[in-house]
Amino acid sequence: MEDSTPLKQKIEHQELGETGRPWEEMVTASQDPEPGLSEASESEQGLETGPQPRSSPPGIPQSGASTPVDDLVGPGVSSPPSPSQEPSSTPPLALAVQDLMAPWQSDKTTSVISEAGTPHFDHLEQSSVKGESTPHQTCQSEGNTFHQSQQTKCHLYGPRDVSYNSSKRKELRFDIFQEEDSNSNYDLDQPESGASEVAPSMLEIAIQNAKAYLLKSSSKSGLNLYDHLSEMLTKVLDKRPENAVDIIENVSQDVKMEHFSIKLDTLQNENEMLPAYETAEKQKALFLQGNSEGADQEMEDEIAEHSLPNVMESAFYFEQAGVGLGTDETYRIFLALKQLTDTHPIQKCRFWGKILGLEMNYIVAEVEFREGEDEEEVEEEDEAEERDNGDNEADEGELPRSFSKAPQATPKEESRTGANKYVYFVCNEPGRPWVKLPAVTPAQIVIARKIKKFLTGRLDTPIISYPPFPGNESNYLRAQIARISAGTQVSPLGFYHFGEEEGKEEEETEGRRDSFEENPDFEGIQVIDLVESLSNWVHHVQHILPQGRCNWFNPLQKSEEEEAAEAEAEAEEEEREEPDSIEQEVGPPLLTPISEDLEIQNIPPWTTRLSSNLIPQYAIAVLRSNLWTGAYAFSNGKKFENFYIGWGHKYSPDSYTPPVPPPVYQEYPSGPEITEMDDPSVEEEQAFRAAQEAAVNSTEENEETEEDEDDYD
Amino acid sequence: MDEESLLLSLELASGSGQGLSPDRRASLLTSLMLVKRDYRFDRVLFWGRILGLVADYYIAQGLSEDQLAPRKTLYSLNCMEWSLLPPATEEMEMQTSVVKGRFMGDPSHAYEHTELQRVNEGEKVFEEEVVVQVKEEIRLVSIIDQIDKAVAVIPRGALFKTPFGPIRVNRTFEGLSSSEAKKLSSYFHFREPVELKNKTLLEKADLDPSLDFMDSLEHDIPKGSWSIQMERGNTLVVLRSLLWPGLTFYHAPRTKNYGYIYVGTGEKNIDLPFML
Repeated sequence: MEDSTPLKQKIEHQELGETGRPWEEMVTASQDPEPGLSEASESEQGLETGPQPRSSPPGIPQSGASTPVDDLVGPGVSSPPSPSQEPSSTPPLALAVQDLMAPWQSDKTTSVISEAGTPHFDHLEQSSVKGESTPHQTCQSEGNTFHQSQQTKCHLYGPRDVSYNSSKRKELRFDIFQEEDSNSNYDLDQPESGASEVAPSMLEIAIQNAKAYLLKSSSKSGLNLYDHLSEMLTKVLDKRPENAVDIIENVSQDVKMEHFSIKLDTLQNENEMLPAYETAEKQKALFLQGNSEGADQEMEDEIAEHSLPNVMESAFYFEQAGVGLGTDETYRIFLALKQLTDTHPIQKCRFWGKILGLEMNYIVAEVEFREGEDEEEVEEEDEAEERDNGDNEADEGELPRSFSKAPQATPKEESRTGANKYVYFVCNEPGRPWVKLPAVTPAQIVIARKIKKFLTGRLDTPIISYPPFPGNESNYLRAQIARISAGTQVSPLGFYHFGEEEGKEEEETEGRRDSFEENPDFEGIQVIDLVESLSNWVHHVQHILPQGRCNWFNPLQKSEEEEAAEAEAEAEEEEREEPDSIEQEVGPPLLTPISEDLEIQNIPPWTTRLSSNLIPQYAIAVLRSNLWTGAYAFSNGKKFENFYIGWGHKYSPDSYTPPVPPPVYQEYPSGPEITEMDDPSVEEEQAFRAAQEAAVNSTEENEETEEDEDDYD
Repeated sequence: MDEESLLLSLELASGSGQGLSPDRRASLLTSLMLVKRDYRFDRVLFWGRILGLVADYYIAQGLSEDQLAPRKTLYSLNCMEWSLLPPATEEMEMQTSVVKGRFMGDPSHAYEHTELQRVNEGEKVFEEEVVVQVKEEIRLVSIIDQIDKAVAVIPRGALFKTPFGPIRVNRTFEGLSSSEAKKLSSYFHFREPVELKNKTLLEKADLDPSLDFMDSLEHDIPKGSWSIQMERGNTLVVLRSLLWPGLTFYHAPRTKNYGYIYVGTGEKNIDLPFML
């Protein structure tokens, strides 16, 4: 701006045919102003600003004050000369205008001052104190008629101009004019000599100018820069940030934000932190439960005490291994487990792990109910569904019924056996209520093996997948838990052994044993052995067969209900059964060492390591499953624990491939039942008739043959 | 996560089970400081851990003054001795794209991969089986680079662009507000913008050039490649990448605590569309 304006002014100048040299200006200024006033005023502006930088010594602070003038003059040059073409304003009008001006001036004193201060050189020399002088005063001090007229004219513009800027411009123009005029009377060299004399007051004025400018309040926000800067500095000095200069923009922003925030008091959003409070309130119950329950607990305490696992201890070991949740979260879970064991008749409880979800996570607890206290509610639903299928068959007439039958549903295992050996409770966050997961069915496991879905964190979410999953997310979660448990629950060799009585006799499935008990004689395994040899770890959860069960269910043995339904269609059924009557699926038995686990495409299924190489004597053995990423086990020789944290998906180096669509059912083969013969020809019929006549030759039977003929038509 | 606030960060990120054992923590605190001194980094980030079959790679990154300038990546097997990895190139990505499966944990391990290559002999074209060997170190570099480009996250406002171009840490960043923290649009990819140039003027209109100079997460493909959760009763927001499972970003709203850590196998989840 400052660079461009002088240039502009020069151009303007040249248009007027002036050369822009100071001595020529004086000539123009000394002209009679009346006829070419508009011209003169314009040209003089340009002239004035032209020499000014030259005349002002560079070192004097006044040069700073002169720059705003340059700025302001710039736009002034382009202002239309039309208003100045009414030079002979009548005195009454001028008076009236002056009255009008009065309030305007009082408002605008600051800007007036700045203008009054700029024509420094001459005025200051003449009258020593000019700082506060209004245009009236300056004009009067000049005592020039020409200036009087100028003044009135200048005031005439005042009320017309709506915006401050333009009015200021006029004001300025007037001052410039004045200065120019005085310049014409005095030597140009004078200002320089005079400037040094009055430097202090000029400095003062310059400061006041600057301050006045800073104090100007914004038309938008009503703030002014002066207050803003002082607030900023106060803030900086209060807070003493390091490298304040780097963050001054943000300090400024903060100060401004504070101004705005005051207005918001009526619309404040009080509920913003509400969920946090809610959770805290819920979790408070966890911490309080110990106190709230009275003395009537003693009985239960005995049982509850050993049903609650020592979560913190195993968390400590898992921390050594570099897995697990944070300390405080673990403790909350610990408390939540205590709440669970207090409210349910639980024999044994274990912190199974955490399964991540999209919206919420699941904290999973594995429990075993005390004898005879399991709930039996859920059973009804499934049977009701099966009945529905049976009812549909009744109302069909002679038309052949659809003999495609649903693939035989493998019944789920009884609670406390197989995959349903344990009951699982989940909650989204410690403090929220525990939800019991339904028992798992083989069909769910079979389907779950074929799909790969993220859990959402809401148990009632439907699972939409290609092989339709029988159930919602709670069933899927349960199936995944069953699969992960079966794959990754391991213990050091010898910790468990088969019980003497329970195991063998009760099992009808050829001596396979599915129960075990803690070995009282277990004397521990060296940690280093556990790390070096995978054969020192054994599975203590039953393998889940491809069928979806842990114990073999022979699909050929039918329940009575099914047999009744199948009795009619036995012929077809037998053909169908043929491929199904496979020999029993067998998996690795219980307590099989994990060294016999299958490899995943050259990837070993387990990784073992010592928790610390620095202090091996106190380190623990850490086992990590590569098949179920996120499954860990540790053992310090005597103790062990399993833990799962992850998304609940099985690892595979290959990408997931959706199962192929089921085979298309072949149409009925074209055989004698389908094809028909050609219509009997006349020759055939005649031959037939002749044969009949020949054979029987009696009148009664003729009638019958006629009937036959009708049929053939 | 920043080296200075490592312990707090680990505590915050622990919701996904991605912890460090006490001895690793202690050694990281010691060695990262030395790394910072020796390599003259402005900032050192503990980037994460890539789980190998035999051993794990611990990864750290050094940042220069300009936060978006190419970062230096170091790895260590024992958290004490760090070695510098070469910068990743496109060629490396091409080479390693054929390798599948888990990392071994041995940087000099060579993956063998047979490839059919066309060999011109005179006029005849033979197809020849060529065994390509890819060093695990190269694969490591490439995977880290891919993860960084795809899922490194930073909250909006944590960095700002200076008028001269370099990107600096915004020291007046006071955390996202609780409502902003729940939106994906408040988080940016911690890398040079790619998508930003392709936006229309209309979309760019509301952007603040000093803050919105990176790509926002909300337009990631496929939609739903992030899981965003409030934990600890809304005092902690956790973003988990579903495309690169194992990457966890945490941020405590209204505080300066934010960061990300990757603990995983270093494999991309290309099954994502099936799983949503």
